[in-house]
Amino acid sequence: MKSMWKKAGVVGAAILAASQSALAEYGYNLQVPASKVAQDVFQLHNFIMLVCLGIFVVVFGAMFYSLLKHRKSVGHKAANFHENTTVELVWTVIPFIVLMGMAYPAAKVVIDMKDTSNPDMTIKVTGYQWKWGYDYLNDDVSIYSTLSTPREQINGSEAKGEHYLLEVDEPMVVPVGKRIRLLITANDVLHAWWVPALGAKQDAIPGFIRDIWFKADKIGTFRGQCVELCGKDHGFMPIVVEVVSEEDYKAWVAKKKGGAVVAAADNTKTFETAELVERGEKVYQANCAACHQANGMGLPGAFPAISGSKVATGPIADHINIVLNGKAGTAMAAFGAQLSDADIAAVVTYQRNAWDNKMGDAAQPATIASARGGAADAAAPAAQ
Amino acid sequence: MSDAAHAHDDHGHHAHPTGMMRWLTTTNHKDIGSLYLFFALFMLFVAGSMALLIRAELFQPGLQLVHPDFFNQLTTMHGLIMIFGVIMPAFSGFANWQVPLMLGAPDMAFPRMNNWAFWLLPVAGFFLLVSFWLPGGAVAGGWTMYPPLFIQGGISYDLTILAVHIMGLSSIMGSINIITTILNMRAPGLTLMKMPLFVWTWLITAYLLIATMPVLAGAVTMLLTDRNFGTHFFNAAGGGDPVMFQHIFWFFAHPEVYILILPAFGIVSQVIPTFARKPLFGYASMVYATASIAVLSFIVWAHHMFTVGMPVTAQLFFMFSTMLIAVPTGVKVFNWVATMWKGSMTFETPMLFAIAFVCLFTIGGFSGLVLAIAPVDIQLHDTYYVVAHFHYVLVSGALFAIFAGIYYWLPKWTGYMYNETLGKWHFWLSVIGMNIVFFPMHFLGLAGMPRRIPDYALQFTEFNQIATVGAFIFGFSQLILLIVVMKAIKGGEKATAQVWEGAEGLEWTVPSPAPYHTFETAPVVK
Repeated sequence: MKSMWKKAGVVGAAILAASQSALAEYGYNLQVPASKVAQDVFQLHNFIMLVCLGIFVVVFGAMFYSLLKHRKSVGHKAANFHENTTVELVWTVIPFIVLMGMAYPAAKVVIDMKDTSNPDMTIKVTGYQWKWGYDYLNDDVSIYSTLSTPREQINGSEAKGEHYLLEVDEPMVVPVGKRIRLLITANDVLHAWWVPALGAKQDAIPGFIRDIWFKADKIGTFRGQCVELCGKDHGFMPIVVEVVSEEDYKAWVAKKKGGAVVAAADNTKTFETAELVERGEKVYQANCAACHQANGMGLPGAFPAISGSKVATGPIADHINIVLNGKAGTAMAAFGAQLSDADIAAVVTYQRNAWDNKMGDAAQPATIASARGGAADAAAPAAQ
Repeated sequence: MSDAAHAHDDHGHHAHPTGMMRWLTTTNHKDIGSLYLFFALFMLFVAGSMALLIRAELFQPGLQLVHPDFFNQLTTMHGLIMIFGVIMPAFSGFANWQVPLMLGAPDMAFPRMNNWAFWLLPVAGFFLLVSFWLPGGAVAGGWTMYPPLFIQGGISYDLTILAVHIMGLSSIMGSINIITTILNMRAPGLTLMKMPLFVWTWLITAYLLIATMPVLAGAVTMLLTDRNFGTHFFNAAGGGDPVMFQHIFWFFAHPEVYILILPAFGIVSQVIPTFARKPLFGYASMVYATASIAVLSFIVWAHHMFTVGMPVTAQLFFMFSTMLIAVPTGVKVFNWVATMWKGSMTFETPMLFAIAFVCLFTIGGFSGLVLAIAPVDIQLHDTYYVVAHFHYVLVSGALFAIFAGIYYWLPKWTGYMYNETLGKWHFWLSVIGMNIVFFPMHFLGLAGMPRRIPDYALQFTEFNQIATVGAFIFGFSQLILLIVVMKAIKGGEKATAQVWEGAEGLEWTVPSPAPYHTFETAPVVK
């Protein structure tokens, strides 16, 4: 059975690979695998498709023969048989045996996929509306990964780039050939992390951690998307995994750590209002504009406007509070855990001085730090 | 359809209300059957228009026509309305018209409850549709209503929960009526194992409905209290679990899948023997296969959730149990082919739709088998492959069987033959259009396009364009159905009582159109 499955898989893979190279840009099959699990799934799928194709040809060959020959217009007289216990038993038992032949290789892949033991490194993946956060537990690096396709390309006012909707500002970087365990969770609603070429998909469930693993066989960039409906911008939170050599990975970690030190220094500085507004606009575009819109007008009925809102034109402490802690029962997330003190100060200042809001006041990183309270300080990330 | 005039001809001593009041107060199974069918036809065009808007937006990458939030409202409402407002009411319409006629019963067991079961539906439909104009728009969390996303929405989410409750109530009342009618009102001599297969499939479907609708009601009630009364059934922060909703929901929704297909099996099992002029092959095994599918439907639900991260044993159990469903389903397909084998076939429109059903439903069955294989499903879950799969079983499956049934029984209902040329046009445009829409979606899913997205990466463009063209062909060809039905109501060639040369069963012993009251004296079978 095993060798038969392997043979069929290889034949299928060969046929499909040939058609794939000819029509690579269309893609009639699963993406070219870049990990062993993805390779196993690819072969399993080919094998099952071939079996299905065989059954289809036999059953519908018989049906179409009958449609041609057993018709009234060619003078065929109807027979009157309507049961045959032997035949009925045979076509109950044979499918059962065929199914067992499919179940055995499938079960082996399930068991392999589920075995997350002995990882070389572990990364915590968190889904947010609408971005991904990656915490490298072994190397103490944390990044957020947001769609980097410009809004102009989506609206059609600019030509679309090669990796339209499948590009991010900060890709997940992993070393090649290492067993990587992902701890997947979500911050707000359900999301699902999927990179097809790596054969890794897992729902991200708020309040629970689930784990999967992958081991990339080759260096390269692999792209995927969120695949669990998570609200308005579900289609706009891609995943990019850069698989690099061990040395490149070490260099990347060192660079990220250096960046974190610089960013942490910002949290103790005092900024000019103009500086904060400039920085805040970028933070706003990356974190707020999806709901509240670039023009601050929100979406009536779904997401409130910030321009002219009570919060953004009221006491600054309340404004900081809602950005830090979110609003229960709505889609407004608590950004305290995601953004640094400097970024929150900047975005609050921007919101109070942009559009129709001419408040003229500013929040400083130190204000944010005290608003978090002493205990929350430690929980805030050093950098974003 | 038999109108009030008939009623007066046949039964002048009854004082029947006329106009709108006639339809509001009717307790006649034929009237109520027609109401269900017209409601389903209307909703087919409503939810179909939403599908066309979705496909128009997806014709090219980028956002052109609709905002992402409105796009999510369209996919959600398209799903909810097609399931609860089109397929289920259409099958209820068939049950109301045909079950008493096929059993030799004068009417349904509970005529007043029958009236109520129908008139709840337009109320629920109104609540669903009006939510588009409420603040925040209609429900946008998917027809599966998964929390926590469902908890975030506005007032229309509560209204949708109410609508689901009302539709569930309607289904349960309809099911009680159907079960009671079938078990108690069969003509003398008509034993259970002599019943037409359509009646058998509806009997089993009605039991599935009674078993699962309360489960859905429970799930949405928990959503309602989580949303409004501070409970935390599905909120981890309060000790709940969002995945628990999925378990409860799919414990309802997998049997629901068979609720949407078993009556289709029944219709096709009536149509094929008629036009093959040969009795149904393996009647008893058809009954047992239907019952096994129904039983199995309760132990496979978690195959909709292979990516939530279940233990390996659960993954294996649900994979094996799901694969097992292929056995009874295979038996059915083999039986239909064996019924055609050595028959004397003609190819009127009902037969064409039935043959397309057997062939294309099987493609949906095969993609279902591919999806049952857990590791493959993990790659394909929530992609367009799944969209292709369930549209093959629900469009070329359930909907094509409904079309077959409409053409098959329309002469019995109206007394006039439908226009065969238009019927054939409807068939060929539907079957070609349907395949152009949904076949390329298999490739899109395999290549990695997620479902429920309003915009997509450039490599998915060609197949999306093909699908959109197909969608417009398929969508607009349904107008032919409307014309055929309207013409057959107005007039045409008079239909005989027998209608079809090879038709057998009690419904063909009454004149066409079926009089307003039939079988006031029970016929005797054999």
